Amino acid sequence: MASNKAREALIDPLFNNNPIALQVLGICSALAVTTKMDTAMVMSIAVVVVISLSNFFVSVLRDQIPNSIRIIVQLTIIASLVIVTDQVLKAYVFEISKQLSVFVGLIITNCIVMGRAEAYAMQNPPGLSLIDGIGNGLGYAVILMLTAFFRELFGSGTLFGKQIFQLATEGGWYTPNGLMVLSPGAFFLIGFFIWILRVWKPEQVEEE
Amino acid sequence: MLEHYLSIALTAIFVENMALAFFLGMCSFLAVSKKVDTAIGLGMAVTFVLTITVPMNNLIYNYLLKEGSLEWIHPSLAQYDLSFLGFLTYIGTIAAMVQIVEMTLDRYAPALYGALGVFLPLIAVNCAILGASLFMVERDYTLGESTVYGIGSGIGWALAIIGLAAIRERLRYSNIPPGLRGLGITFIITGLMAIGFMAFAGIQL
Amino acid sequence: MQRSVGYTLLFATLVCIVCAVVVSGSAVQLKERQDVNVLLDKQSNVLEAAGMRMPGEQLPPEVIEERFATIEAQVIELATGEIRDDVDPATFDQKKAAQDPATSEKAPDNLARVQRVPNLALVYLVKGDGGEVEKYIFPVEGKGLWSTLRGFIALEADLQTVAGITFYEHKETPGLGGEVDNPGWKSLWPGRKIFGPDGEPEIEVVKGRAGPPAEEPYKVDGLSGATITSRGVSYLVQFWLGPEGFGPYIDKQAARRAA
Repeated sequence: MASNKAREALIDPLFNNNPIALQVLGICSALAVTTKMDTAMVMSIAVVVVISLSNFFVSVLRDQIPNSIRIIVQLTIIASLVIVTDQVLKAYVFEISKQLSVFVGLIITNCIVMGRAEAYAMQNPPGLSLIDGIGNGLGYAVILMLTAFFRELFGSGTLFGKQIFQLATEGGWYTPNGLMVLSPGAFFLIGFFIWILRVWKPEQVEEE
Repeated sequence: MLEHYLSIALTAIFVENMALAFFLGMCSFLAVSKKVDTAIGLGMAVTFVLTITVPMNNLIYNYLLKEGSLEWIHPSLAQYDLSFLGFLTYIGTIAAMVQIVEMTLDRYAPALYGALGVFLPLIAVNCAILGASLFMVERDYTLGESTVYGIGSGIGWALAIIGLAAIRERLRYSNIPPGLRGLGITFIITGLMAIGFMAFAGIQL
Repeated sequence: MQRSVGYTLLFATLVCIVCAVVVSGSAVQLKERQDVNVLLDKQSNVLEAAGMRMPGEQLPPEVIEERFATIEAQVIELATGEIRDDVDPATFDQKKAAQDPATSEKAPDNLARVQRVPNLALVYLVKGDGGEVEKYIFPVEGKGLWSTLRGFIALEADLQTVAGITFYEHKETPGLGGEVDNPGWKSLWPGRKIFGPDGEPEIEVVKGRAGPPAEEPYKVDGLSGATITSRGVSYLVQFWLGPEGFGPYIDKQAARRAA
């Protein structure tokens, strides 16, 4: 039973209850970092780490946190974790942290993190909360990586910086689609992902 | 000088639109854009809060956190660099400011509070607000510049959400494929709006 | 659950203390590494302009340091072109100096839309085995379409021929103006000439294609679809190598070589 619940906490957010596609959470800081696979991957890892640890700590403290200051306590824990993450990124993957610029900081206001702390970690034991955090982080990562995959491949003909399509400017055949690297490209892609997901799982279709 | 400020404001409103170019404040952007009335309310609240918090955080950064900025207290403090505390302080300031604004409005301007009140708590975790403060620091704006930047990016965000809400109201009469209904089509419309706003790139004064 | 005020305060204090310790601990621990990263990043950009690192090539820190050993940094006074030995180039921050009214001047109206010019600026010299200067590297910056472009331009010892150019910071449209950091485009620069017969910088990024350096020494191919970025690059190179920028220094060095 317990392992079942853990499995659910991990798998459910990937497709059935994806934080971006269904819950409309945490898109804010996400899209701007998806022009390249490597920035998207570092960002995903950072988010998974922050969300799972914040879930864990909030859950450990859940019986001690006074109700009146619970939001601010959650925010403090999250912000501290984000600062530490940012410091680590600056120290070990400087090149990428430069490209992520302010968006690492914006994990603080990523609604997934706050949302999971408030909705899940306050009611569940630390172990399960940790897994729930990882699950939601991965759900976020899936969309992020998928978007980055298409944007980098069609936008610059590369994946993780490696040339996949020979560019026309360098004697190849592929003329990169500039729109993909610009912001509208990301909006369109996510729109289409949601469409595909909902055709696959019709129960997610919205009534209008 | 005036020209310089005007250029910062126009850039923030049109060229580097918070929502359409940087994807900031997307959660509420998508969630609260079903009706024009509520979109106007939220847009005003965001502009209001940005106008206050960006200059506020600018002062905090320049007089407390920046390397060597503590000198005004005592010269021996000049060696400290507290900029790593940035995120924590900004979000704290924003949360506190939102709370204070809410209470002040409730007490002295109940009509305005009625209009904005429900949105204010939402705003504390709106990434557009924190994002504006972080961009302000990254670009090293002065106090004057950051005030203009705060107002400008607020107006830009408001413009985008009101525009989206207006389009979504009309959309109710269209026949959209079931899978795209709601969130999906909203993303695609936002993308189209972003293309529209790209026409403003390179506008120079 | 309702708790007493005392408990709430105590709890808040405890959370604050724990978080403060964790945050400042990590910041202090990692500070040194981060500073090294910033320095290495800057050095490797200078190396790229000098043609001592392939664009996009990742070098281990030791190699960067080793190659950078042949490069000497100098702080110079822009208005007079004098070398200022009393300022340590390692700690001099030109970006900061340009923002501080005490160490900079408001720039005259210029096409590159540079707002302020610092009184002092950095120059990097690539020295040969005998200690003679082989290349001069100048920091440049100016507005493109969306953002400020920052980079370096390297000149050969004759202070006339371009040895290389690189932009390490820009936010131009990817695929269009963003091609300023395309190695193919940057490779069009070496061999071009900067100063026209009257001594003014004449090099420009033209619309369309330019001939080989021997035929059209003052022209560089435009970035297709990015007129404003191309123009921005022309203006910023002209500004920084002109009389408001490194002009006086270049004149002085050239005169010394001629003597």
